[in-house]
Amino acid sequence: MSAVATPAGAAPAVVRRAGVLRRFTRHPLALFGFVTVTLLCLSALFAPAIAPHDPLFLDTSKRFFIPFANSGFPLGTDELGRDTLSRLLYGGRISLTVGLVAMVTTVITGSLIGLTAGYTGGWVDTVLMRFVDTMLCFPQVFLLLVVAAFVPPSLISISMIIGLTSWMEVARIVRSEILHLKEQDFIQAARALGASRARIMFQELLPNIAAPLLVAATLKVASAVLVESYISYLGYGVQPPLASWGNMLTNAQGYFDTVPWLAILPGAMITLTVMGFNFLGDGLRDALDPRLRMDT
Amino acid sequence: MLSYIARRLLQSVPLLIGVSVIGFGLMHLAPGGPLAVYTLNPTITSQDIDRIRIVLGLDQPVHIQYFKWAAGMFTGNWGNTFFGGRPVLHVILERMPATFLLMGSALSLAILIGATIGVLGAIRRYSVFDMLATSGAMVALSFPTFWFGLMAIYFFAVHLGWLPSGGMYRLGEEDNIVDLLRHLVLPVMVLALVITAIWSRYTRSSFLEVLHQDYMRTAKAKGLRAHERLLRHALPNALKPLIALLGIELPALFSGALVTETIFGWPGMGRLFVDALGMKEYPILMGMIMFTGMFVIVGNLLADIAIALIDPRVRLG
Amino acid sequence: MVEPLLEVRGLRTHFPILSKVLRRRVGTVRAVDGVDLTVMPGEVLGIVGESGSGKTTAGKSILRLIEATAGSIAFEGREITGLSTAAMLPLRRRMQIVFQDPMSSLNPRMTVGRILSAPFEIHGVARGAQARGHVVDLLRLVGLPEEAVDRYPHEFSGGQRQRVGIARALALRPALIIGDEPVSALDVSIQAQIMNLLKRLQGELGLTYILISHNLGVVSHICDRVAVMYLGRIVESGPREALFFDAKHPYTEALLAAVPSPDPGARRRSVPLDGDIPSPANPPTGCAFHPRCPQAMARCAVEAPPPVMLAGGHSVACHLHPG
Repeated sequence: MSAVATPAGAAPAVVRRAGVLRRFTRHPLALFGFVTVTLLCLSALFAPAIAPHDPLFLDTSKRFFIPFANSGFPLGTDELGRDTLSRLLYGGRISLTVGLVAMVTTVITGSLIGLTAGYTGGWVDTVLMRFVDTMLCFPQVFLLLVVAAFVPPSLISISMIIGLTSWMEVARIVRSEILHLKEQDFIQAARALGASRARIMFQELLPNIAAPLLVAATLKVASAVLVESYISYLGYGVQPPLASWGNMLTNAQGYFDTVPWLAILPGAMITLTVMGFNFLGDGLRDALDPRLRMDT
Repeated sequence: MLSYIARRLLQSVPLLIGVSVIGFGLMHLAPGGPLAVYTLNPTITSQDIDRIRIVLGLDQPVHIQYFKWAAGMFTGNWGNTFFGGRPVLHVILERMPATFLLMGSALSLAILIGATIGVLGAIRRYSVFDMLATSGAMVALSFPTFWFGLMAIYFFAVHLGWLPSGGMYRLGEEDNIVDLLRHLVLPVMVLALVITAIWSRYTRSSFLEVLHQDYMRTAKAKGLRAHERLLRHALPNALKPLIALLGIELPALFSGALVTETIFGWPGMGRLFVDALGMKEYPILMGMIMFTGMFVIVGNLLADIAIALIDPRVRLG
Repeated sequence: MVEPLLEVRGLRTHFPILSKVLRRRVGTVRAVDGVDLTVMPGEVLGIVGESGSGKTTAGKSILRLIEATAGSIAFEGREITGLSTAAMLPLRRRMQIVFQDPMSSLNPRMTVGRILSAPFEIHGVARGAQARGHVVDLLRLVGLPEEAVDRYPHEFSGGQRQRVGIARALALRPALIIGDEPVSALDVSIQAQIMNLLKRLQGELGLTYILISHNLGVVSHICDRVAVMYLGRIVESGPREALFFDAKHPYTEALLAAVPSPDPGARRRSVPLDGDIPSPANPPTGCAFHPRCPQAMARCAVEAPPPVMLAGGHSVACHLHPG
């Protein structure tokens, strides 16, 4: 044999990757999600460059400017004279950061627990799954608030607390995938070679669950941003003067009758962000699903 | 059937224990512990704190404290509030009706509307209605509930003046049902939004799965008409995962209720929780966490029993 | 006197059936129920039987991929049944397996290069570029081009994937390779190719094989000795010629009757086989084959026949041949 001929029935990798892309681009909503998320991430990344003002700079002589009325303050100012656009941009930075760090925490925790439970089996599996079931009995917001109220709030602590109260779903997804995968011959082959449990879990099994993990991760960013906005609104999340879309709403509530845009804008941004990640996640799930079935 | 119920009850016990352990652990993990509210108060001397510590039984080893506390929970003694010394269980129970009214109304409304949308979407897959419903559900899921609530208050209460902007009753009108209903509309609408979205998606996928089964095609071949097929064959089978969903979504329902009550000043358990948070009322916080945890366990148990009633495979297998 | 490479005595692998509620043992699946095997170095032993006969379980139990319930397995003179995972590790270089399904035996997310360098990495023999060198050698050995290193399993045909599986088994130059239905999932024309490859490798590398198959015809190709399994026990075993031309056990005869013969003139007792193989959880009393045996006697339902050694290393467990 001088060259690897592509036999009938086995699709070459290039064609399959294009298939995923094609399926993804067929959904306009998925594309919308992708574009939205990209734009948001870019604006968050380049906030210092784009923002016209320092978000913390207050000037009470310039309170309550109306959006689109003043070129210096494109989206108006808040009750302390701070530029709304800049605060929105920097707030996005914070909210997205929290969302991403929370997602990473969730994915790592959930994967570790799911992998261990699924592959080890036996009483380890039972104990871990009982733990997951127990954690699922608590409403996430209740748990979050209790912990957040008593832990000194910092971006890292908020992100991790959010992450540590939403990993259960990921653990379940990972575990069920692993249960199915571990009966496959290639896992038995690895055991026959003497591969260590860690090697099998991380090098053999993990790459095979990358697709559902990616989908779960995307959707988790959405839920993390949502949850962060709520606890920041209540005052237990991101602390002022640092702006997050959630805590921008706390003060805006009092001025609703007179200056509603202070509340409308941050909320709209939250909605847009969460929508973007949700659509992206859904699109990824639809695009990746058939390929998953083709492999195993 | 009885053996199935017994089995499920047995399975719930470790859950209950787990919930209590985690709840207890949370209380003691917090910096300052249950005495934080006192230690931060400069007027209380350290001897006072020691005395309080003994009175509250906090000088004893952790596992003893746990057992005492757990035993107390079992007998209905959930401790007393820090401020005012009222029994925690009573405080929670007196807020329960308000929250259950809100949750119950929102859930019923959401299931009704959501399931209808879902079924219609499943029957006419990929139609304009279905596409709108699916994306609409996605958008609704992305709304921050509290922001939606604020918008709703602004629009309906402030701007249009149709509905009250908060609270459960107008002062002095506690017996007026109409007044209650007027106050209920906005909170229920807000809480129901997300639940409706979830239910419509879930119902749609559950029905889609059922509609494509072979037995549906057989029913059609037998000559059964559409609504007969739907009601007698599709519905019972699609119902099972939906009842399971009810149980699974209970915690989220509580979370949503908490948010909604905060926005609308609805005097329920959620509001109680947030207020207690501000005052660092550990006993109430603990009691609420335990309450919701236990409620969810019971809710899931009931859902499983309901499923077993419908689906003989479950109770026999 | 050459030492046997593998000696298996009284191998039993039973799986408990657990009740749903309290997970109490309510039954046992006796997949392997008393198997004795001796494999000499350089030999090719075939284990043949229907699905449900326990042959795959026996093979995996020997490799300790499945834990045997009882019995002794001595590999290169050393008892391996009680060994810890750590103690087994060096032995795993000496005994390997080729799986039946070329689709699921290779990790779809790994390139062939990674799959084949894994054995070297796991045993600390080589990494990186050095491992790649070994990998290329392996590919050449099984007749695959060097470019295969960067390709994924789905880019290959079934036969090619099976070659990769064989290459993986060969990586650390084992003494024993167990082939669990290595060609059953392949097209007939490819089956011959792979069997020839296995035969060539055996000659070149001095390997010892245990080939498990339900297809006597395939096995006859390269096996020196054949053992026939039924419901967890070996009913007949011996040199290939003895089994093929002088089969003693009625089950063996039935299996042989099912093999299409290129020589229409060969004498053949055509013996129809009734019904299905019984469940290993509920085996018949006495000789497990008696319900389907055309020559069953009263004694067969009562007493299980012990294996009897006939001339020339041919053994059979049947009351027709009490020895």
